[in-house]
Amino acid sequence: MMAPTSADSDAYSGKSAETRHLKPGELSTGTTIMAIKFDKGVVLCADSRVSTGAYVANRASDKIAQLHDHIWCCRSGSAADTQALTDYVRHFLAQLAVETGRLPEVKVAAHLMRRLCYENKDNLMAGVIVGGWDPVSGGSVFNIPLGGACIPMPFAIGGSGSTFIYGLVDSEFKENMTKEEALALCTKAVSHAMARDGSSGGVIRTCVATAEGNEREMIPGNKLPYGPAGW
Amino acid sequence: MASSGSGYDLSSSTFSPDGRIFQVEYAHKAVENAGTALGLRCSDGVVLAVEKPLITKMLVKETTGRRVHTVDEFAGVAITGFVSDGRQIVNRAREEASNYDETYGTKIPPKTLANRLSAYVHYFTLHGALRPFGCSTLIAAYDPATKEHSLHMVEPSGVTYEYYGAAAGRGRQPARTEMEKLAINPKLVAAASSASSGEGGGSGEGELITCAEGVKQLAKIIYTLHDEAKDKPFELEMSWLCEGSGWKHVGVPKGVIAEATAWAKKEIEEAEGEESEEEEDDDEMEE
Repeated sequence: MMAPTSADSDAYSGKSAETRHLKPGELSTGTTIMAIKFDKGVVLCADSRVSTGAYVANRASDKIAQLHDHIWCCRSGSAADTQALTDYVRHFLAQLAVETGRLPEVKVAAHLMRRLCYENKDNLMAGVIVGGWDPVSGGSVFNIPLGGACIPMPFAIGGSGSTFIYGLVDSEFKENMTKEEALALCTKAVSHAMARDGSSGGVIRTCVATAEGNEREMIPGNKLPYGPAGW
Repeated sequence: MASSGSGYDLSSSTFSPDGRIFQVEYAHKAVENAGTALGLRCSDGVVLAVEKPLITKMLVKETTGRRVHTVDEFAGVAITGFVSDGRQIVNRAREEASNYDETYGTKIPPKTLANRLSAYVHYFTLHGALRPFGCSTLIAAYDPATKEHSLHMVEPSGVTYEYYGAAAGRGRQPARTEMEKLAINPKLVAAASSASSGEGGGSGEGELITCAEGVKQLAKIIYTLHDEAKDKPFELEMSWLCEGSGWKHVGVPKGVIAEATAWAKKEIEEAEGEESEEEEDDDEMEE
């Protein structure tokens, strides 16, 4: 399948509601992303659909990127923008870790990300959730929406699909959950968003970041807790 | 006493045949002739003290020519040597600390601050057009992330180490001897206490001196080293960052300095009294 050329995307660019904000042919991670702080660390969760308008460019992408040993981020918005941001932050964090000789704090990663998002807000479209574990604060989650605010929160949701699950997550979230409870809530919420948001879909990817290390899982589309398959 | 530079000392970008850079050594000399600066890492904080010679009676001594400066909320420095050179280092330290916070969103770790200043000072030792700083810098800092306080010193060569007790300036050799007697190094304190008590258990931590005690001891060292006849009258500048100050770098309150000064002078008199008049009664002299 060929990638859309600029001729194809004349039908997309500037006209449809989904792609008005994108450049012609640009990929969007119209998305559902989520992160929850639990007692021992952070659970991050994302769908896997990358779209250009109505065309799904990648149905199994990985939107959870590693910034450092115990620090991750979920990406939403323009795929190119968020990949570039992730690369920059990864680079600066690695340098910092070498200079200071210790694990960087999650709040430092979030601060770096937000500086880049804020200073370049006119040229970027990126909504990012930074989450991870560090020896100073334990698990932390920071929501960095468009524009570059940085908000520490016990849980965060983002991406186009998140609008459908605010009520669900608000009612079911509680502080100090266990890992299993946090994972269950994440996968349930993201499944619901994937069911209603056209720009979210595919598989659910999760990442659990704790002092001991990281665990990554993937839940295929036919095994989602909630979905069109009916279970 | 010093070997002749004989032509290898004209530029700091020239080595001598025996592997020395004379300009850097001369910069050290500039510090050695200046007022003593001391730093002490105590159990609950770090104390800095500087002897500020009062070059004339007409100085507004409390506020001018300060040698102790706050660099960041939880970091301060003391300078000795060419104080105008020192001002540059203080400004750089403030920039580094503020830049770090702006970039990374967290307070600069003490060791990182010391390393950055060390790199800055070092840069001036390998430039043909620049001269080295004639100033040593003691850095007292606290790291809120690890909750540890520490003392570093940067010398004109750019070398920096972390210390329990550091001294620079005129009286540094006798100061170091005096500081070694204080209970500031946990390993030595633990070894001494287990050797003397003969018991295996118990940490030496409770026996390290606190900042309150450290202030008095540093005052005593400075007054001991100060030669009334030879040296100019001086003002004692002191600062600390300690648990009591919320780990913020602040000047030691004037009252505390005054008490420490009075205690130091008394201690010195007593010591002299014991030496010179062995047969006299000194039972009225109490701690």
